[in-house]
Amino acid sequence: MDWPFLFATAKTLLTGVPLTLRLAATSLCAGFVLAVGIAALAGSRFAPARWIAALYVMLFQGTPLLVQIFIVYYGFGQIDFLRASFAWPFLQQAYWCAVLALSLNTSAYGAEIIRGAIAAVPAREIEAARAMGMSGLLLRRRIIWPQALQYGLANYGNEAILLLKATSLASVITLMDVTGLAYRLVSKTYRSEEIFTVAGLIYLALTFVIATGVHLLERRLTPCRQV
Amino acid sequence: MEPIQSATGALSASPVISATGLTKRYDALDVLRGVDLDAHEGEVISILGASGSGKSTFLRCLNLLEVPSGGAFNVLGEDVRFRMKGAERQIADARQVNRLRSQVGMVFQNFCLWNHRTVLQNVMEGPVHVQGRNRHEVREEAEKALDRVGLLNRADYYPSQLSGGQQQRVAIARAIVMRPRVLLFDEPTSALDPELVGEVLKVMQGLAAEGRTMLIVTHEMAFARDVSSRVVFLEKGTVRVQGAPQDLFKGGMDERFDRFVSHFSRQG
Repeated sequence: MDWPFLFATAKTLLTGVPLTLRLAATSLCAGFVLAVGIAALAGSRFAPARWIAALYVMLFQGTPLLVQIFIVYYGFGQIDFLRASFAWPFLQQAYWCAVLALSLNTSAYGAEIIRGAIAAVPAREIEAARAMGMSGLLLRRRIIWPQALQYGLANYGNEAILLLKATSLASVITLMDVTGLAYRLVSKTYRSEEIFTVAGLIYLALTFVIATGVHLLERRLTPCRQV
Repeated sequence: MEPIQSATGALSASPVISATGLTKRYDALDVLRGVDLDAHEGEVISILGASGSGKSTFLRCLNLLEVPSGGAFNVLGEDVRFRMKGAERQIADARQVNRLRSQVGMVFQNFCLWNHRTVLQNVMEGPVHVQGRNRHEVREEAEKALDRVGLLNRADYYPSQLSGGQQQRVAIARAIVMRPRVLLFDEPTSALDPELVGEVLKVMQGLAAEGRTMLIVTHEMAFARDVSSRVVFLEKGTVRVQGAPQDLFKGGMDERFDRFVSHFSRQG
């Protein structure tokens, strides 16, 4: 095994980690905000709002992320009003195209996780709170959301890991994240096996850190739960 | 949170809860067909009836967990206001309902403690966050209430770590720290293993002895007979017969009631 080459490869690929993390973190945050909005629509009393949410989720879960990235990166430039809008300085950059596509995509999955977590809060515990005079924001803040957070955290952590791995698709629109750097290195050296193995190990290490973090957070939030 | 008027001589003379012609219908099903009931300060009223007689629905109406389809309804001297939306009656003033609910304690069949909070947090939740009372004072009162139901040593446990009987006693403590003017019990012992029923009934008996106003939907005949000041027997959504337990349980007052009771004692 060519250790010096592997170390050199690792050193190069690690310079892509900040971009990979930035893509994942930005999309996770923006996607969460969107997801909360979509979940709110999905839980709305008004049927049209629920239809919009269902359509949104279906659209982004039903099409490949790579296609979504291509539509944003290649397609949006064809639309005149987008080119005239304030968003154009952003959409000209591959980074923001990737963030947009990743955020929209993860928000659809996130909305489903949030909806499920809220629905998992036992109805009778909500009733007990109502019977005590709680309603509206107080009921949500004190009873519903804390429990939904417990129920949804593991799933959302899973989504974060999926998202981190999905950022590798951004490399096809010129971004030099871990995968992008690996690809460039392969085209120079033709040593694809070793280089992609190192890239894979880097993703593995990153997901391990995220999974451990989520697990610790979960333990903290559920001091004792015997289900 | 505005406090409601404290008990004055004038107020205690009027019923704590007064329902007149209360009805409830689900689609084609008439669950309550006009129930009249006045509960006065200090009364302990056992509501008996076969399943499907509407007794739980009636109790849930008193806390507006169910909105009665018809009839008038007065809690703590306030008429509960409704409005019509289409053919359906709705609560007109959500703030009024929240205010009344914080004065009417409810204990459920399935305890319904909040699983994400400790025993002490469960008990302190309402007074601190609904009534906006001082946390330190509430803590003292909550600990006293837990001590009363014999669970102060479980204050930092989570509900899932307790037995059903213990959970129900916590639920009772959670209700009484709200300083309610009336306590509603919806089959408080029905979900418990037989050997755990006694500990809950003992706590309830203590509350009754304190002179608290209580309405209890129950299948515990001995409790109804020995502890309550009045027994109300519901059948098919109306009050079939009511009276002092010593008169009713003597027998001969109402044939249906006698049959109902004998059915239970045969089972027991």
